[in-house]
Amino acid sequence: MSEFIQQVINGVSLGSIYALIALGYTMVYGILRFINFAHSDIFMMGAYVAYFSAPLILKITSGNLFLAGLLAMVFAMVVCSILGVTIEKLAYKPLRARPTIVVLITAIGVSFFLEYGGQLVFGPDPKPFPDLIPKTKVIDAGGVVVNSTPLVVIGTAIGLMLLLRWVVMNTKTGTAMRALSFNLQAARLMGINVNKVVSFTFVLGSSLAAAAAILYASTYPSINPLMGVFPGLKAFIAAVVGGIGNLVGAALGGLIIGVTETFVTGYISATYRDAIAFGILIIILLFRPSGLLGKFESERV
Amino acid sequence: MQSSFLNSRTYLLLAVILVSAVVAQFQSSFNAYYYQIIIYIGINVILASSLNLVNGFTGQFSLGHAGFMAVGAYTASVITSQLGATPGVLGSFIFLLALLSGGLTASFFGLLVGIPSLRLKGDYLAIVTLGFGEIIRVVIQNLEFLGGARGFTGIAKKTDFFWVFTVVAILMYVLSNLIRSTYGKGFLAVRDDEVAAEAMGINATRYKVVAFVTGAFFAGIAGGLYAHFVTYINPSQFSFVKSIEIVVMVIIGGMGHSVGVFISAVLLTVLPEALRPIAEYRMVIYSLALVVIMIARPQGLFGDSEVFTKLWRLISGRAKPKESRT
Repeated sequence: MSEFIQQVINGVSLGSIYALIALGYTMVYGILRFINFAHSDIFMMGAYVAYFSAPLILKITSGNLFLAGLLAMVFAMVVCSILGVTIEKLAYKPLRARPTIVVLITAIGVSFFLEYGGQLVFGPDPKPFPDLIPKTKVIDAGGVVVNSTPLVVIGTAIGLMLLLRWVVMNTKTGTAMRALSFNLQAARLMGINVNKVVSFTFVLGSSLAAAAAILYASTYPSINPLMGVFPGLKAFIAAVVGGIGNLVGAALGGLIIGVTETFVTGYISATYRDAIAFGILIIILLFRPSGLLGKFESERV
Repeated sequence: MQSSFLNSRTYLLLAVILVSAVVAQFQSSFNAYYYQIIIYIGINVILASSLNLVNGFTGQFSLGHAGFMAVGAYTASVITSQLGATPGVLGSFIFLLALLSGGLTASFFGLLVGIPSLRLKGDYLAIVTLGFGEIIRVVIQNLEFLGGARGFTGIAKKTDFFWVFTVVAILMYVLSNLIRSTYGKGFLAVRDDEVAAEAMGINATRYKVVAFVTGAFFAGIAGGLYAHFVTYINPSQFSFVKSIEIVVMVIIGGMGHSVGVFISAVLLTVLPEALRPIAEYRMVIYSLALVVIMIARPQGLFGDSEVFTKLWRLISGRAKPKESRT
């Protein structure tokens, strides 16, 4: 039983990290209709920004972990937003009217560029991630040991998701984002500056990825230039499972993938870990091709 | 339209097989490094051209080709290692049998994967095929009798110049005939406008599945050839990165352009080798080039090049353009 509770907490913690990444995929897909493969590498860059800025930040905050974590997170979010918008402007914007497959290959190209560029600049070897989140025992009762890390991860993720929901539902730019994902052409005719809103979408997605990266790297404290590949794929699958373009769906999908993966790893076999997400995806797409919360769209001729 | 069996394409096929048989007699005197690159070129041409049938001609974006390659590689390797590495004619026959079984098993998996997933379109299909490819890889990784993650060792070295380029020639022959057939026109129709094709009485799903299964068959054979050349295979050689590599060959060559895909498969095999002196920058250059090509020439490097179309007509013996593709 105690093991079960621990697995649930770990699963929800991993799931909320996937959910944060999935939100970036789902927002970009909702508006531009392509899989931003480079998103997983923006996630990786977030971890490296935190890794390189951590010594300085820890010095400034003189050991106050709460402040240090917050500062590192905000800094990584800003840097990754700039990176995300730059990629969008340089690589994706010239391709707006092109077929999806072309944009998809471009995104894969950008992803490879960040991965291999990362190996070149940061070195291919894994690096130990510094402690930016307090790792103390919070609960130790009846064999149940709960560390503070997963709780901080879950709390931060929920906070960020609520913040995102507020931005998307209650601000003018958020309304514009929803309008674009509903009908890009009509929104343009209504006077919405498409480029500005798309850039803003990349800012939101990339900063969530950066935050997720710090949470992920604090849970598994070893980072390398390819660390984004599998979390990224699984988060994308989470977005599809939940119904792509749907924010609540992305969060739900993330939780489903995270919890299932943790349970399979814990109770069945760790070697099947990376296939679980794909298995869920295939089952969901066979029975509900538009995802759990997605709306069914028939093809317009 | 030439209807006789012995048209110029058939002559070309026989000529290429004959030449590769002759060249194979001298292969032991080749520089081992160049020889290896030539074999890889052939295998990559098979992979890219067979994927071109799915991606280019039928317009279905598959990211799982490496999975089928893995199925073919493992099936063929199991067969040759069970039946023993006999030299001579019997050995060649066993190898042929193994290659065909690899191809058939791969196409069976193609059928299993294709029927459910080909209902999906575009990105969804891409991600589902990627998923199936990864599942195949992870399952192999967990099968002890296939060596698991350690890999399958001690495969007989059977693949040589003759085998690889005979398969290349047969594939090219099959593809060029298939595309000209009524059935092949169906592939193009499905690609160009699925709804219109359905309205004309084409069962789009069936055409997609046939293209997918045929593509998987040749990917399986390529896997068998690969396994019997490197003599050691492990699941990580068939990850989705390999699938992406094959897709990139098709895209850069120009989807649906056999000659362009052929050339890009050759180029993309040779280039990484040529860039070996600056190995650490190689992949960075490759990825940048990919982005630049997609922005500057999204139809692929050879996608709409007149020169190749004319050359192709010359080779295939078609004097007048009859293509209705736009």
